[in-house]
Amino acid sequence: MTTAPAQTAAVDKRGTPGFWRMFYRRNGRALNAFVTFVLVWAFFAANNPTLFLIPAYYNAFLFSVPATIIMTTALVFVIVSGELDLAFPSVIGAAGGLFMTLVISGVPILPAAALTMLGGAALGTAIGVIIVYGKISSLVATLGLNFFIVGIVNLLAQGKNIESRDSVSTFGYAFFTGKWDIFGLQVPNHFLIAVVWTVLCYVLFRYHRFGIRVQMVGDNPDSARQMGIDIDRIRVGVFVWSGLAAALCGVILVQTANMVWFPTSGKAYLLIALAALFVGGTPTWGGVGTIWGAFFGALTVTLIPSGAVGAGFAGFWTDFIFGLVIILTMVAHRFGGARAR
Amino acid sequence: MAPADIAPGAPIVELRNIVKRFGSVEALSGVSLTVRKGEVLGLLGDNGAGKSTLVKTLAGVHDPDGGEVLVKGRRVSPWTPLAARNAGIETVFQDRALAPQHSIVTNIFMGREITNALGLIRVRKQTDEANRLMREIGFTSKVFNPDSTVGHLSGGERQGVAIARALYNNADVIVLDEPTTALSLTETQKVFRFVRAVKDSGRTVVFIGHNIYHVWDIADRFFVIDRGRMAFEGDKAAFTGADHLIGMMQQLAETGRADTATLRKSA
Repeated sequence: MTTAPAQTAAVDKRGTPGFWRMFYRRNGRALNAFVTFVLVWAFFAANNPTLFLIPAYYNAFLFSVPATIIMTTALVFVIVSGELDLAFPSVIGAAGGLFMTLVISGVPILPAAALTMLGGAALGTAIGVIIVYGKISSLVATLGLNFFIVGIVNLLAQGKNIESRDSVSTFGYAFFTGKWDIFGLQVPNHFLIAVVWTVLCYVLFRYHRFGIRVQMVGDNPDSARQMGIDIDRIRVGVFVWSGLAAALCGVILVQTANMVWFPTSGKAYLLIALAALFVGGTPTWGGVGTIWGAFFGALTVTLIPSGAVGAGFAGFWTDFIFGLVIILTMVAHRFGGARAR
Repeated sequence: MAPADIAPGAPIVELRNIVKRFGSVEALSGVSLTVRKGEVLGLLGDNGAGKSTLVKTLAGVHDPDGGEVLVKGRRVSPWTPLAARNAGIETVFQDRALAPQHSIVTNIFMGREITNALGLIRVRKQTDEANRLMREIGFTSKVFNPDSTVGHLSGGERQGVAIARALYNNADVIVLDEPTTALSLTETQKVFRFVRAVKDSGRTVVFIGHNIYHVWDIADRFFVIDRGRMAFEGDKAAFTGADHLIGMMQQLAETGRADTATLRKSA
């Protein structure tokens, strides 16, 4: 190695960061989320090693986690753009209802799922347009729209479930819920779909013009506008993506419930998905975020309730542990990635 | 790389009799400003003199209510931010230029990403281009690479990134709005180095500043605006020194007019 020119060394004492330092700087938040997941798992496993080393113990986990993964990774775009989406639970519910309505009227499952996702994207577009062109705070607007959409769904469903148990034996159903047995661990197809979705989100977020612009709009909207980015279109776009994800969640949820749709479908995901997002290391202030962090955040928050019981804690400990993990990871993320201004 | 269709010293941007009103307030009442190719023009004026209105007019943010804008001798109308950019004028506004949580390369290509047909970023190509631009304006420090986060850079270096971004667009004229305000002496020197590198590449710079000493150090020619009108202008050689310029501006502030008879005839 040749020495740096004396002048540079005298002026600037900061060294060229090494590969791992750069890697951590770029992926610190996702790594923190991964470490959090491993620590939470290890903490539970240490209390009951025999149970936590049985592959079959994770079957239920893999069965229930995909919807959270899909929703959380999509919400990264919304939060990073500087907006907030509280309406996605209602879109999950509405999408499930639309999907089942299509199925019982004779549409096969795969086309019905595709149509439902289009419907979700359309609903997301409507939500985005109301917020962006109505110039309403997304916090307030989506809070109201969530009630409004749930209300309409309830009125249409008249409080009744929709069932189509005959569809359980079709190819489309197997496409979403079929399982692969790997050493006693049953990996369901919808978990694989969630992984593919995460990769898609990752590429879109990090390497596609849309994702980059979402980050620019969230970091400095004035600058983005001056550089010719149509920030209104980007803002509507994040709600379209959120609507698309919510529709996919709705489709998966009714299928994991053996083709039964409840009007309350999706309601439970509001706080879970948002908690997963922040445990996953996407900060609240916008501009930056991490897709893989959201993925591990979703794994963590899904593991906590069942894992706590598996580790031998009484059920009423769950909320306490949940809260503790959220707060501790927030502190950890402060070290991993203070805001650059 | 540098645009070469007009000769150095010839007018590249001309504002003629620009009038701009905001309601009943006339911010600019008939200002004529000529920017010549290859020069560093220092734009000076007190708060409220119309300086920022004039800058925004140059940037295309304001379409003037009267007068006309000519770029390379051709009239451009309507005059919008896009028209200004297409005409080769890039404006770096103080404070609002960059996304601090992102890398140098992401900032340089903001809104103009190099992508393939699917819209995916061509990372290697952007990095190479960013490296080239950073070298061109004299980012010599080994500490930075295009992946460094802008928020970790000093104020002067951030101005450098904003200038590099303007260069990527192949701008003929770069307008810097108060680039050295709130910067330390060392940082100001860095900005000056970037500005000189831009000038050396044959491009034109309009430098707006509060601190007259800063503007004196970097500019070849000065244009002073007062209460919406041009108060006086002159080449650097027309003044005996920075104190001469400051004296005239003080006189302007106190009496409402400056004695232009003290200016030396330019050679």
